[in-house]
Amino acid sequence: MMGVSYRSIRVWQRNRDVFFKLWRSEIPGFFAEPLLVLLAMGLGLGAYVVLEEGERYVEFIAPGIIAAYAMFSASFECTYGSYIRMEYQKTYDAIITTPLNIEDVVAGEIFWGATRSLITAFVVLIVISAFGLVSSPWALLALPIAVLAGLMFSSIALFFSSVAPAVYSFNYFFTLFITPMFFFSGIFFPLDGFSTVIQNLSWILPLTSVANLTRAVVSGHPGDGAWWGLAIMVCITAIFFTLSLRSMKKRLLK
Amino acid sequence: MSVIAVRDVVKRYESILAVAGVNLDVVEGECFGLLGQNGAGKTSLVRMIIASSPISGGSITVDGKDITVAPREIKSHMGVVPQEDNLDPDLTVLQNLIIFARYFNIPKAEARDRALEVLQLFELHERQQAKISELSGGMKRRLLIARALINRPRLLILDEPTVGLDPQTKYLVWQRIVTLKERGITLLLCTQNMEEAWRLCDRLAIMCEGKIIALDSPQELLAQHGGSQIVEARPGSENRRDIVLEMLGERGFEWQEIENTLYIFEDHNRSLDDELRAELSIMNLHVPTLEDVFLKLTGRSLRE
Repeated sequence: MMGVSYRSIRVWQRNRDVFFKLWRSEIPGFFAEPLLVLLAMGLGLGAYVVLEEGERYVEFIAPGIIAAYAMFSASFECTYGSYIRMEYQKTYDAIITTPLNIEDVVAGEIFWGATRSLITAFVVLIVISAFGLVSSPWALLALPIAVLAGLMFSSIALFFSSVAPAVYSFNYFFTLFITPMFFFSGIFFPLDGFSTVIQNLSWILPLTSVANLTRAVVSGHPGDGAWWGLAIMVCITAIFFTLSLRSMKKRLLK
Repeated sequence: MSVIAVRDVVKRYESILAVAGVNLDVVEGECFGLLGQNGAGKTSLVRMIIASSPISGGSITVDGKDITVAPREIKSHMGVVPQEDNLDPDLTVLQNLIIFARYFNIPKAEARDRALEVLQLFELHERQQAKISELSGGMKRRLLIARALINRPRLLILDEPTVGLDPQTKYLVWQRIVTLKERGITLLLCTQNMEEAWRLCDRLAIMCEGKIIALDSPQELLAQHGGSQIVEARPGSENRRDIVLEMLGERGFEWQEIENTLYIFEDHNRSLDDELRAELSIMNLHVPTLEDVFLKLTGRSLRE
């Protein structure tokens, strides 16, 4: 696809090697923060929340936290992480003097972003299992869903990086795009309470589908999921992957 | 045989014409120098040769292959030493080389052997476990050159390899470049350092405003444009300037004027006569160097 080759794996390997070298500094992002949110919201706030059918609030939000932190992992990796490699460390400039081209770099970065989502989803899944919040083997499907979500959010984030004029621009990305999704994609409260218009609009947010499907599999009722959401995710990924390729090429091959 | 063949190459950035129709051939085993002021178009030209910048017009082939058609193949036999440090700060010295080797599909054991070999060559083997931030500027530059050799390139492109280095490191880098040339590697060297160009290059192209304005061996350039002696002088008084310039013109001298100093090129046919000497206060005489030739051809004034 548009110049991407198997060589993109080399970029993925480079990022993997650096990650496993520096993983201790990554713990807050993929381990401590989701745990903190689960405890504070799930157990703290959850003590005051009564749900239908006797469901505990912590059970309600646990799958949403997998989805949300899969989003955060990919988004941080392909905004701050990628931007630092591109602009400050000039890693991309070095790589494109080898047989790799810029398309390989873009694909490698996006695949690595998706891998970060997978690692986070895996860790959070283990933690919530330890809390006894997972009751069905269907929950394992949360991992491939996280990979797809990772591809989608990495593509969006890398596109934003390719047009970002400065590292400060990411404040806009997180404040106006990522944080609203964190609150309005059905992670902390069901969207049923809103008007039908709002409910329908919320499906535009990429995280809504991810949260919905993750909740369906983790709760052990995959039939409840709105699986057509996968099509939305694939479309968004395809669009932003292509945009990232084009725009990165324009930025770096002057 | 030409390793690099550049034909009528043009580079346009919106309204700016950075490279305005360049033709050149770099032949196998030579060290070819590109000399020019900042903004002369050297970097734009080199970026097109290494496939890091689209070509606006003309064609570039490396080893007979079109760079726009076979960039991966060409780049797999090419080494590029950037001016700017783009080492991977998250990795150690050795890891930098091994991970760079992986971009060329060099197996890990082989990569390690090659890495130690190039570290040895650049006297960095004792620092193989160091972090990049622990290296001095000179060590980083040596590592950048070492990294560019990891794929055993047939063609090495260096962008101002000794800018900002202390004299000791500069001489080490020059010696190593000579070693590489002796091994048969073809070299393309961008530089602003006249001594570097003089010592290392078999042939030089002087670029100015996107064009090549002279191309020959350094010795030949000096013989053609340097004359026999350069006289640095000022007119005896400021109001005699125009008269002095007229006299120089009548006698067929070539000269450059910078601020209020004249640099007059004497050669075997022309030297200052008594009448001119009486008008001038002579400050210095010197044997022409490549720098004089460069300044004469590109003009002494700043272009930026």
